[in-house]
Amino acid sequence: MSALAKMASNRLFWPVVMLLVLFAINLVAFPGFFEITVRDGQLFGSLIDILRNGAPTLIIAVGMTLVIATRGIDLSVGAVAAISGAVACSIILGSPAPGSLATVAVAITVALLISLVLGVWNGFLVAALGIQPIIATLILMTAGRGVAMLITEGQILTVNSPPFKFLGSGFWFGIPVAVIIAAVVFGLAALITRRTALGMFIESVGINPEASRQAGVRARGLLFAVYTFCALCAAIAGLILTANTAAADANNTGLFIELDAILAVVIGGTSLAGGRYSLLGTLVGALVIQTLVTTVYTVGIPPIATMVFKAAVVTIVCLLQSPTTAEALSGFRRRLAVRSGKGVAAS
Amino acid sequence: MTHPLADSMESTVTQQTEPAVPAPVPVVEMRGISIGFPGVKALDGVDFRMFPGEVHSLMGENGAGKSTLIKALTGVYGIDAGTITLAGERVSFAGPAQAQAAGISTVYQEVNLLPNLSVAENIMLGREPRRFGGIDWRAMRRRSAELLAGLHLDIDPGSLLGDHSLAVQQLVAIARAIDVNAKVLILDEPTSSLDADEVAELFRVIRSLKDQGVAILFVSHFLDQVYEICDRLTVLRNGTLVGEYLVDELLRIDLVQKMIGKELTALDDLEHRAHASVVDESDAATFVSASKLGRRGAIEPADLPIAVGEVVGLAGLLGSGRTELARLFGGIDRADTGELTIHGENVKLRTPRQAISKRIAFSSENRRDEGIVGELTVRDNIVLALQADRGWFRPIPKKKQDELAQSYIQALNIRPGNPDALVRNLSGGNQQKVLLARWLAIAPRLLILDEPTRGIDIGAKAEIQKLVFNLAENGMSVLFISAELEEVLRLSHRVVVLRDRNVVADLENDGLTVDSLLALIADGRVASDDEALDERAPAVAVVAVGSGDGPAASAPSTPSTEGDRS
Repeated sequence: MSALAKMASNRLFWPVVMLLVLFAINLVAFPGFFEITVRDGQLFGSLIDILRNGAPTLIIAVGMTLVIATRGIDLSVGAVAAISGAVACSIILGSPAPGSLATVAVAITVALLISLVLGVWNGFLVAALGIQPIIATLILMTAGRGVAMLITEGQILTVNSPPFKFLGSGFWFGIPVAVIIAAVVFGLAALITRRTALGMFIESVGINPEASRQAGVRARGLLFAVYTFCALCAAIAGLILTANTAAADANNTGLFIELDAILAVVIGGTSLAGGRYSLLGTLVGALVIQTLVTTVYTVGIPPIATMVFKAAVVTIVCLLQSPTTAEALSGFRRRLAVRSGKGVAAS
Repeated sequence: MTHPLADSMESTVTQQTEPAVPAPVPVVEMRGISIGFPGVKALDGVDFRMFPGEVHSLMGENGAGKSTLIKALTGVYGIDAGTITLAGERVSFAGPAQAQAAGISTVYQEVNLLPNLSVAENIMLGREPRRFGGIDWRAMRRRSAELLAGLHLDIDPGSLLGDHSLAVQQLVAIARAIDVNAKVLILDEPTSSLDADEVAELFRVIRSLKDQGVAILFVSHFLDQVYEICDRLTVLRNGTLVGEYLVDELLRIDLVQKMIGKELTALDDLEHRAHASVVDESDAATFVSASKLGRRGAIEPADLPIAVGEVVGLAGLLGSGRTELARLFGGIDRADTGELTIHGENVKLRTPRQAISKRIAFSSENRRDEGIVGELTVRDNIVLALQADRGWFRPIPKKKQDELAQSYIQALNIRPGNPDALVRNLSGGNQQKVLLARWLAIAPRLLILDEPTRGIDIGAKAEIQKLVFNLAENGMSVLFISAELEEVLRLSHRVVVLRDRNVVADLENDGLTVDSLLALIADGRVASDDEALDERAPAVAVVAVGSGDGPAASAPSTPSTEGDRS
């Protein structure tokens, strides 16, 4: 096998190629694409924007990766993001000192704790009651927006709290805070699942639940943990999104973000059928999605065509990754080799 | 390599050399078939042919290329080189549908039917009789009823397929296959989940098809069955042709040697050694004991003590309760009556996890669905149970994992010996060994092996049997289930016979024979004294205490892991 073929067989190959192609397109349309400047000790540039705007999707996609690896899916992440934003904003608004660090700390803590409860709820439906994950999380997906609406009382809660806004648009050591948070979530998830046996158990349960049970793996606890972690990720993303706009909008915060997160996971090469997962792939997937959005602007595709463009790119990536395509390609290659090789009569 | 019979049999239509024996024209003739996969040459210049009205067997160890050859014939794989001739015409199938249309039908080991449709629908699926643009249900039922009657299968075509036993489903699959007007019928391991009566039934059907001139390819690991039903066989080894033989002219021992390509001594060794070390009464401390242990709908309350270092064989037909009883010991299913004691202490095994913590390992007969985790590596599969027992937070260090994997790969001779290979890509026998390694890694005190040798090649089988023997000698208790009674007798100190969900006998393996076990399984009673005496004579040959050569010399030593295994 040639070096190139070996690289191509890596499941990260096509997503990375895709990302590079998108970068190239951007570079042609906008020669300053790779430029990163330092202004007031803060980094600016298209790449930084991609990282910062992609951070919420990446954070959710990390949780989603683990859920999908167990053969599950979590559709409720957008709703959970909305709830956590609503909770945080309403606490900050209700506090006498919205700008104080303590208020924001309480708001964030409560929002995250509530997300843990929501995650346990999903875990309960899936692991204890055995409801199919897509149905189980559909419940919270629809009900969650309603809950968020109740918390905001149907209003868009606008907060004026510098410490809270810092989460979404602040910089720390010159790097956007959202990016740092995403990096921490990503790093922790990778560390916890790959440095312990958790990752292996997650994959094992996703591949063959009954064999895993018979081998003594506690699938139920595992599912609880994974759905709870995913909800926690969603809440963190929700806080960043809300802080970025300084407003909690029950209807629109994190709308359709579950689809972007699932896409990121799939583009990253983790199969929706569960099993082997790649957090690194998810990272690339999230970057591809965010770069795509940026590309739409830099290339000047009219906004009405954005969704179609996105769909086209995603279709291409999925096609390149599908086993059917791979088989067809290798069959084609083999036929070529046979024909050019010994000249064996084929028909 | 040429056929042994190539000279006389290689005949075209015009050139028949021996008029006395009308040389038949092969219905299938494959020549010089080669198929390569990335990194492996699965078939290398293999010749193969089948004659109408003959039952042909394809023999070889796992990985010999049997399935690949079948898939080449049925159009699943394209061939890289070679020719396929069907009834005198060169063919090249682009897919299974084309092969089927040309008269090559296949019934796979795992029944590929739709359990939630009716029997008739399954038989006629894809070629339903039409009437006024819709399906002619009446014609469909009639046609299926005819086909079923042809197989002497008395079931309602309108009943759901899933309501029938696996054996009946298998016969329905055959009914479906022969309705396609098959010239060639391929049966891939059709008997692996059938009991003796069902096999007899299947053979009757095979014979009647044979009389109708169908060429039948019968692939099975059971030598007895091959010798009973087949006329001719082709042996493959490592993707190459060893030869084609008439069954009547090939001794079994020669066949086995041709299949594995080396002198087969492992099994003989065991024959002589078995029972040399039946546990002494004195130190036969009971490890685990069931009293009135049962589960509704699965197994009636049963008593079963297992001593330290004892191999207890469970004999019985499929559905007799042998697996069901073993599952209760492994915590796979929960007992709803009776109790289980370990060293006299009452224990409740509600989950496999609890059983594992008591060092009881259950290796399922259903390797694919309940055993291996296919997409994980050999290493992960081996450490899985041990790691689960330690908990996720205390990972086994990578180096230790590698050592464990490596030592078991060597001890059990797992091929390929690459700990990073995905288990999915291993042959059945090697998957079974990986599974065994997983359980040995937890250093079990009771190892429950449910059909550990089913569907695996004879070399791996011998290795596994030897392993069981050695483990017991080292003080591990083993609960051994196998449909092959010879195997049960060869390995067990005690044999417990089950029938219709009841334990009907619990016998020391002293003078037991296959026949006496069969009588018990069939009638649920011990053969009368006269019969028993008669059978004791030949039994001695089997049970004869061996020459005393050390088992440790040739046997695979099991690497010790943490935990005691004194």
